[in-house]
Amino acid sequence: MQEAVPGEPIISARQLRVQYGTREILHGLDFDIRHGEVVVILGGSGSGKSTLLRTIVGLEKPHSGEILVKGTDLGKASKREIAEVRKKMGLAFQGGALLGSLTVGQNIALPLLEHSSLAESTVEVMVRIKLEQVGLSGFEYYNPSQLSGGMKKRAAFARALALDPEMLFFDEPSAGLDPIMAAGIDDLILNLKRAYSITMVIVTHELASAFLVADRIMVVDKGYIIADEPPEVLKQSTHPRVRQFLDRVPDTENEDDVDHLRLYMEGVN
Amino acid sequence: MPARSEVAVSPVTGFLVRVGGAAEGIFIYVGGLAQLTARSFLLVLVSPLKRGRSLQRAIHQAMASGVTAIPIVSLITFFIGLIMALQGAYELKKLGAMQMVPALVAVSVTRELGPLITAIVVIGRSGSAFAAEIGTMRVTEELDALSTMALDPLAFLVAPKFIAMAVMVPCLAIWSDLMGVLGGCLFGVTGGGFSAVGYFVNTRNALVLSDVMTGVIKAFVFGIIITAVGCQEGFSTGAGAEEVGKSTTSAVVISILMVILVDVVFTALFYLTGGLT
Repeated sequence: MQEAVPGEPIISARQLRVQYGTREILHGLDFDIRHGEVVVILGGSGSGKSTLLRTIVGLEKPHSGEILVKGTDLGKASKREIAEVRKKMGLAFQGGALLGSLTVGQNIALPLLEHSSLAESTVEVMVRIKLEQVGLSGFEYYNPSQLSGGMKKRAAFARALALDPEMLFFDEPSAGLDPIMAAGIDDLILNLKRAYSITMVIVTHELASAFLVADRIMVVDKGYIIADEPPEVLKQSTHPRVRQFLDRVPDTENEDDVDHLRLYMEGVN
Repeated sequence: MPARSEVAVSPVTGFLVRVGGAAEGIFIYVGGLAQLTARSFLLVLVSPLKRGRSLQRAIHQAMASGVTAIPIVSLITFFIGLIMALQGAYELKKLGAMQMVPALVAVSVTRELGPLITAIVVIGRSGSAFAAEIGTMRVTEELDALSTMALDPLAFLVAPKFIAMAVMVPCLAIWSDLMGVLGGCLFGVTGGGFSAVGYFVNTRNALVLSDVMTGVIKAFVFGIIITAVGCQEGFSTGAGAEEVGKSTTSAVVISILMVILVDVVFTALFYLTGGLT
């Protein structure tokens, strides 16, 4: 694992291809994410953006090409090497994915207890600090099932932050939240960005929050990166699919369905 | 050359191909179970740093799967003992061999029914729970969350279950032996003309250590099988709540089938080797 240098790539993809079974989801992606950067991966449903995130954190193996995180090729690394890289990562899942068998506090304490040699009393203090950071003070003894959707997401942030990671990943941080709650999440991300200069990768389809927090926006469509620009440049983009996405124009005459039908008919004949 | 699918296959060949395919599937499944078991036990052995917390989880699991099962296991095996005594007495009475009832109950309960009934109850309580727990965790991305926190789901979830079950199912089996004998004793005292002490003396005289030991060995193996099947079914859960239900069902069905099959094999082995003497 290489040491982090500000401005140097911390995550790199080279001709990255990912398949589910025989269906290819990502068709040879190339990109670099530099240390301290906040990158938003923008894309519609089924565009492959979540698969991309899962590949970056090592939950999906690339079919070919490579994905380097801190110099470790996650496609070829051993389990132990991947575990080492993961200790530098925090991932907040869309639904929170808090362990239902533990309280909120125990969830956040879990990575600290497992991966550090801190005393339990120190861990307890850390848990309280992390919960305060996400505005959930006093909820450590609640069960995850007692929290609302937004609170679960914030508790998941706190857990992702527990080990003071170098890289933070968010899967749809504001999906399914009311505008006030979503704004609160954006604020939280901006605060983290200002205070710690953590590398962050945020997968979302919320345009407003993407433009608010991003240093750079990658637009993923049908398994390709069709734009990779700073927000101000992206706003001026003339790429038809990007424009369509930014201007919220529906697909004309249900292109996809027609394509499907045509393929099907060809298959029959 | 005609394509493979166009070659006329005789019904016999087709049947053999299907049998072969099914057999292969079974071998792969059992291999998966063995791998899961071996890796879990290896994890227990090689991670001494985390053993403390693993042990804590194992104790927690032992409480949930073992200790809280005592009332239901007691009740069922007590009645099984009583039933064995009643059924035995029905036949033995004709031979005028009522004094054999304690021996009949003791041997059948310790060698067979205690461990088997315990295993069935544990499958219903814990095997299904393992599949549902792990399956739900798969659906809610909790398993992925564990992985991204660099925590091995095997070490975190599965290993403690194996430890708990390997200890608790044999313990439950021994307890159920006692309850079964007590059930037999109820008949012995009320309908068999025994005194309570006389019944227990008869029971003790009828039993040898290997009777209990064969039961305990079987119970240990049952515990491992139930855990392996429950966890494997949990891990192989697809997406959605319906899939969790399916996993739970197949965990129970496969566990019962495997427990009975293993029981046959072990009982035959014990018989051939003269009952572990």
